[in-house]
Amino acid sequence: MTVDAAADASALAERDDTVAPRSFARLVGRFAIYALLIVWTFIALFPIYWTLSTSVKLGRDVTQGHLIPWVDFMPSWRGWQSLGLSPDTFFNTSNVREEFLRKFINSVICSVGASAFAIVIGSLAAYGLSRFDYKFGPWRNKDISFFFVSQLILPPVVLALPFLVLYKGLALLDTRIGLILIYTLMVLPIVIWVMRDQFDTIPMEMEQAALVDGCTIWGAFLRIVLPIALPGMVAAFILSLVLCWNEYFFASLLTGSDAQTLPVMVASQTGSSGINWWTIAALATAAITPLLLIGIFLERYIVMGLTAGAGK
Amino acid sequence: MSSGRLEAAHEEVLPERLSLGKWIFRIASAILIIVAALQIADAAGLASIGFADWRPTLYAFFVWCVGLAIAQVLEHGVLGQQRLFVLPALLFTGAMVIFPTIFGLSIAFTDWNLNAQGGHHFNGLDNLRTLWADSYFWNALGNMVFYVLTVLVQYVIAFGLALLLNADIRGRKFFRIAFLMPFMLSPVAISWMIGKSLMENRFGPLANFARWLGWSNAAFFTDPWIARTAIIAMDAWVWIPFMVILLLAGLQALPHEVKEAAKVDGATGWQSFWEITFPLMLPVSITAVVLRTIFELKLADIVINVTAGGPGGATDTISSFVYREYRDRSNVGYATMVAEVYLIIIIVFITLILNVANRYVRKVT
Repeated sequence: MTVDAAADASALAERDDTVAPRSFARLVGRFAIYALLIVWTFIALFPIYWTLSTSVKLGRDVTQGHLIPWVDFMPSWRGWQSLGLSPDTFFNTSNVREEFLRKFINSVICSVGASAFAIVIGSLAAYGLSRFDYKFGPWRNKDISFFFVSQLILPPVVLALPFLVLYKGLALLDTRIGLILIYTLMVLPIVIWVMRDQFDTIPMEMEQAALVDGCTIWGAFLRIVLPIALPGMVAAFILSLVLCWNEYFFASLLTGSDAQTLPVMVASQTGSSGINWWTIAALATAAITPLLLIGIFLERYIVMGLTAGAGK
Repeated sequence: MSSGRLEAAHEEVLPERLSLGKWIFRIASAILIIVAALQIADAAGLASIGFADWRPTLYAFFVWCVGLAIAQVLEHGVLGQQRLFVLPALLFTGAMVIFPTIFGLSIAFTDWNLNAQGGHHFNGLDNLRTLWADSYFWNALGNMVFYVLTVLVQYVIAFGLALLLNADIRGRKFFRIAFLMPFMLSPVAISWMIGKSLMENRFGPLANFARWLGWSNAAFFTDPWIARTAIIAMDAWVWIPFMVILLLAGLQALPHEVKEAAKVDGATGWQSFWEITFPLMLPVSITAVVLRTIFELKLADIVINVTAGGPGGATDTISSFVYREYRDRSNVGYATMVAEVYLIIIIVFITLILNVANRYVRKVT
């Protein structure tokens, strides 16, 4: 459609707007849009609200289906007390809290370690694939890119059992380093995808000028390209962080006690029936809070990471 | 896509550098081969050195990688420096994929069971025959077909939500963050939050709501079809935001005139959607659906934690089936064979839909 046609159409629409039924329809349309938006917001947020509120409920509040604090029920710290994370128990020693903190730290180390490692080797590879022509035997850039990205379709179950055998031989079972390695493998295709897209959008003129001035390839990369590509790296890093933090399959098969991560702890708690609801709710809340904060404050980067390369 | 590439300036490599590089690579290779040979001899009982584990070979492999990298730079100059960018990721991925593939194939053809006495033995095609006759495997595969087909429903919902977010609304940022939230949560936490508490059949709010709607025995995990739907609803709840974000980015990248025309044509909005927006969105849609399908094929965590495959295998996925086969029955050999067969099915399936999608896009645009 040409610009003129669009202008005509808009003029037509403006004239139509003055007619009463048309504007009434518009009003209904707008109302419907907001109604649908609010319905889905409710669907998206209610389970989160339910978990947060259940962590401060007592048994009868749960069974009677009370929903609104201070109106339906009085909040209490029972769930958090049993984790040793409530204000009154915070300064006492607590085995449960120590257990929880150990898993929490394992989760932090594994997800940060794997994301950082993947960003380093992934960004380097993405830059190389974006800038140079490679020839490894019959393999060209396209084949190398495909090799990396095709790892995305590998389901964890295919890798899990062989890695169990491999890690047993290498004494890497139940170690953080073992988990970091496999998580790196898991997020590397995504990092390379995001970073290639990022580097492709950076014009090459500045690097070419730097190369003419006697800069080495690596110098140009580190001093000129890297600072420009930083937002993309942050996006890829945060996306990897979320995926690693939530990973359960490998963690449950490849760790026993020392390197166990938070999802495995949550799963083992919810599996046993004798545990109180408010305890599990408090545990689930503690496990998802870091991600909720990331989602609220770093939404921009997550969207950036997810949409990289999708427009093509 | 970059229009041109950075050119490598050709430089003469000094003969001393060349031979130094060659020697470094040879020495590193020799170290790797000697260490690996010693370990294999030790493991086979030919020599008794007494290695505790295979770590020495791993370290020798590191040394070999470093040697390879140094040799590349010494021998090929600038070209070597260029290769240095892609080498770490290639070596890492290669090592992490090749060894498990070899191990996987060697395990898949054995009767290895961790509970059985007497180790494991090669048993030819027995695992494949067992698999052919295993109704649980076919059942899980059938469930996967259902789960993958629901991707289309999820896509329709996601497209609708993306259109809503793309409409001229106030507070778009708030709605965007709210819509994104489920994607941030771990499937394990969701298993409890939704599967085990919201859907709890005595006092879960969702069960209460279902009773209020007139469904007297609101049990989500006893009837096979309801259980399957409940599982996929949870999974969709997590992943719809992912598709919404992709589709929203696609909508926002549409040419300006198209957006204007689509906005203005109030009366023929439905028509303009089908004739303008939808065809233009086809490439993004296919990316979203293919990626979502790939992730759907990995579905495991929610099934393992909510139903463990029940009732009667109705919600089983291949991943959760393999997980139980290993966890409950310690059947390493057979479980690996199932996983390998599943991988082949996935590769064939994904290749097929990519081809069909490519042809379809070319025909429409």
